[in-house]
This record gives sequence, C-alpha cells and structure tokens, in this order.
Amino acid sequence: MIWNEKIECASRDEMRAVQSERLKETVNRIYHNVPSYRQKMQEAGLVPDDIKSVDDLSKLPFTVKTDLRDNYPFGMFTVPMSEIVRIHASSGTTGKPTVVGYTRKDLNSWSEVVTRSLCMAGVHRDDIVQVAYGYGLFTGGLGLHYGCENLGASVIPISGGNTEKQLQLMQDFGTSVIACTPSYSLYLAEEMEAAGIKKEDLKLRVGIFGAEPWTENMRKEIEEKLGLKAIDIYGLSEIIGPGVSCECEHQVGMHINEDHFIPEIIDPETLQPLPAGEIGELVFTTVTKEGIPLIRYRTRDLTRLNYEKCACGRTLVRMEKCKGRSDDMLIIRGVNVFPSQIESVLLEMSETAPHYLLIVEREGNLDTLKLMVEVQEQFFSDEIKQLEALRKKITHKLQSTLGISVDVKLVEPKTIERTAGKAKRVIDNRKL
Amino acid sequence: MIIKQLSVFLENKTGRLNEVTQILGNAGINMSAMSVADTSEFGILRMIVSEPEKALSILKEAEFSVRLTEVICLNSPNEPGALARALNILSGENVFIEYLYAYSMDNKTANIVLKPDNIQKCIEVLQAHKMELVSASKMYKI
Repeated sequence: MIWNEKIECASRDEMRAVQSERLKETVNRIYHNVPSYRQKMQEAGLVPDDIKSVDDLSKLPFTVKTDLRDNYPFGMFTVPMSEIVRIHASSGTTGKPTVVGYTRKDLNSWSEVVTRSLCMAGVHRDDIVQVAYGYGLFTGGLGLHYGCENLGASVIPISGGNTEKQLQLMQDFGTSVIACTPSYSLYLAEEMEAAGIKKEDLKLRVGIFGAEPWTENMRKEIEEKLGLKAIDIYGLSEIIGPGVSCECEHQVGMHINEDHFIPEIIDPETLQPLPAGEIGELVFTTVTKEGIPLIRYRTRDLTRLNYEKCACGRTLVRMEKCKGRSDDMLIIRGVNVFPSQIESVLLEMSETAPHYLLIVEREGNLDTLKLMVEVQEQFFSDEIKQLEALRKKITHKLQSTLGISVDVKLVEPKTIERTAGKAKRVIDNRKL
Repeated sequence: MIIKQLSVFLENKTGRLNEVTQILGNAGINMSAMSVADTSEFGILRMIVSEPEKALSILKEAEFSVRLTEVICLNSPNEPGALARALNILSGENVFIEYLYAYSMDNKTANIVLKPDNIQKCIEVLQAHKMELVSASKMYKI
C-alpha cells in the first residue's frame, strides 16, 4: 500500500513545485527568526527573495553539526520554547550532545514519513510491531512508535535490550514486524537458536532495520535466519529521526520523503553539487520543519541518488545504502561515536593524556569498542586497587558520555604510536 | 627502616619482564627481592634493588612507568606461627596491609616485605612489640 499516493507518486514537476514553495517559505522564516542563519546568508550576499525555486538551493550556505554545538542547546530553534513539545538528542562531536526540538506539527510530519516508510516496507494495520529500538533521547524508538500508531498497527514498545523478554513476546504476542538495528536482529537470531526457537515458531514477516550500516550479505543472513523481509530505513535526528528514507518491498534503494527533506549530493572536498548518479556526500534541506529547520545540512554520509521511477510505483528519489562517511564518525551498535568525544573525556580527566587507540571489533554479531589508554608516570600507582579504580573511572565517564560501554585497557607509556601528522586513533576491524 | 621499593607498570605482553631485568643487569644493579602482582589486564613488578634511585632513572629513560614506593621489611623467625603473630599485632592496632611478599633467608629467619597504609604507625607498632626490622642499607646489599 502507498500511504500518500498523491505525493509519493507525483511527477518530477509536481514535486519540484511543492519543494520550491516550501523552500521559499522556510528560507524566509529562518532569515527572520535565526540570527546565525541571517548572518550566514548576509555573508553570502543573499536575501530570501534570491531563492525562487529548488534550483537556487545551491546558493545557500551549508549547515554542519558543529553549528548545532555552537548554538547548544536551543540556539538553532526557530520557535519559542512554548511551541516545542518534544526534545531529542544524539551524540555531538565532543562532550555535548546535538539537540533537536519538535513542534506539534513536526511530530505530525514525523509520524507521516514513518507511516509512509512502514507502508513501503509492506507493514499494514493488522501487523503487530515490536519496536526494539531504544526509547528515550534516541529518536529510533519513539519515531517508529508514532509512525506505527498513525498507521494503525499494534505497537509493542519494548525498547532495546532484554533479549529474553523480546523472544518471549515475539512468541506469545505473535509479533509480525520487528524494528531494531540489523546487528541486534542477528543477535536475536543467535539467542533464538540457543533457546531452541525456530523461525517457523514465530510469525515474523518484516524487519525494519536501521541506525547503523549493514551489507547485502547481512541482509541475506538476517532474512534466512529470521524468515522475514529485511528492510533498510534511514534517518538522522538532526533531520527528523528515522523515516527520512526507507526501502520499499523491491529493496532497490531507499525512497527519500523529499517533499519534507530535499536531498543533494555534493563533493565533500570542493562542496560543489554533483550530478545525479554520482557518489558524494548527502546533504538535506528540511522544508516543513518548524522547531529546527536545517538548510543544506551535511550528513557526512556518502551515497548516490537515483531519480528513476521505482517498480513499486513511487517516484520519490531513491538513495543507495550509505557507502561510508566523509568524517571519522563510527557507528557502534546504532550509537554514533566520534573519536573527538573520547579525546575530550580523556582531556577532562587530570589523570589521563589524550594518547589513545580505539579498536572496533565485531564479535559474533555485536560491535565492541576497546580503548587503550597510556598509564602516565604521574598517576601510576603501585597498588592494583588504585589502577583498577582509575580504569573504572575512565570506563564510567566514557559510558556516560558515549552511551555505550567501552572496554578500557591501560597500557604502558609511549606504546601508542605518535605521528607528526594526523594521529591514527581508530582501528576498525569490522568487515562491512 | 624505610626501604625504597621499585615498582614498574607492566602490560601483559611477552618479554616485558625480561626487558626490565636485562636493563637492570646491564647497569650492574642487583635485585634482592621481587614479586609480580598480576591482573587480567596488566601487572606490577615490585622489587628491592641495590641502587633504587639509579634504577628509577634508567628505567624512566627506557620509558617505563616506574616509581619508588616506601615499604618496610620485617625479619621474623623461620618457624610455624611467626608471621601470624606479627600480623595479629598489626591488625590489633588497625594497621592495614596493602600487600606483602616474603622469602626465607635460611632455616633460621625469613624476610617479610610489607606495604602498610600508614608506614610510620606500622614501624612504631612493630618496634613497640620488639619485632626486628631490616635496615634499608642492609636490604639493598643482600
């Protein structure tokens, strides 16, 4: 089923007309409401009237993640706080999170795009959807939740973790759709096997998987082990959360809800727009958001766009699975981690120097982070309990900053390689 | 009475202990006592050497995390119940032992290296009970 056929199957001209109209309105609004945007536009010699259609999009200045940090927490909001009804946050590049706010209308748009995504995936109102994304500051859980309710499906808001209970409810409630990270779905499959539960014992038919990169091989494995159709969903909290784009049942790229989020592909070096079909960095301009509209937001995800009409009938532009990042962000168990966050934690603590090495592994189907930190002479204690206490302190600080557990290992001084240029801080041993 | 013990942080990897002993040997530094405390992640090598200050500086030069720690050494009769008597006295006076290691000199006496939480108090308590403490100069020369 196509949820909003009028827009999802619109002709290119119709779509461009909608986008142009909304873009003009958005630019006008932020120019008058957000000083930092106005300043950027003035620096580029632009006034709102210079933006007449989507063709003028590339004249506008970019927005980057650090703009959100510089205006922490609410400086980029374009409406008074009385209009904001929800706040979410994701990891920032350093200690401070990236904060986004939603008005009532934003929540409605979000539900709309998630509902469209669910329909693309083949979910319908008779389905029982187990949402095993985390509920909370992370947009995954609540984003999927309201989309399911809007569709009329039955939601099980179980949130992440507690695998035993996940399996129990999947059996007892007859869950037909599971939403979680792809790596967690494989973990579920493993635990099923260990508990002697066969896929035939379950009613799973669709999986909505996102929040981290995964490969076609993982898709095959998940589909085989869980007996469902594995659908890729994409989103980032800065833009709205899950539902920015999603695959349809043909699994040939993710349809972008481009009447809300206009995509562009740029060369991350020259920052020039690239023609359709070329791989580059994905940039979004939100054209319906009220709480925190973003103009030409650089996602740092590398992908390409395909404007051909899909076999499903939708004309919404499709993006390929992301091919990597144009920055050093890591995605670990669905959580975004920047090496700079770790550095700022270590710098904050007087006992540690910012010499570290981060090792990412995939053990079984779960990603693990190991951090090697040098023991500096001045805080070396000859008592084990003090060194253990230091290790726990670092572990705890990292856990509270990053939101995931890190295995901290103390190593001898000067054993982590020093280089004159950019230090090698991350070794990613995952094969993706 | 107070003895300077050399403590070295060692990552759990092959050859590290060997390296330390090699460096000290080349510098003509003798070891009179040593022990290795290990956890799953790392180890701490503790030793009494002939020239603690010199050992400290050459190991620092070799980029080890190393420091001097103050310990005392109790000379005790090598007979059943001797250590228990000494520890009884200390616990009775609320002296907490962080760690200890011991070795027998011959069949008459044994040396027990102690790291108490309060070293001055520990010395006073042991001396008040007429326990024999080994002097630093004697320890370094063994």
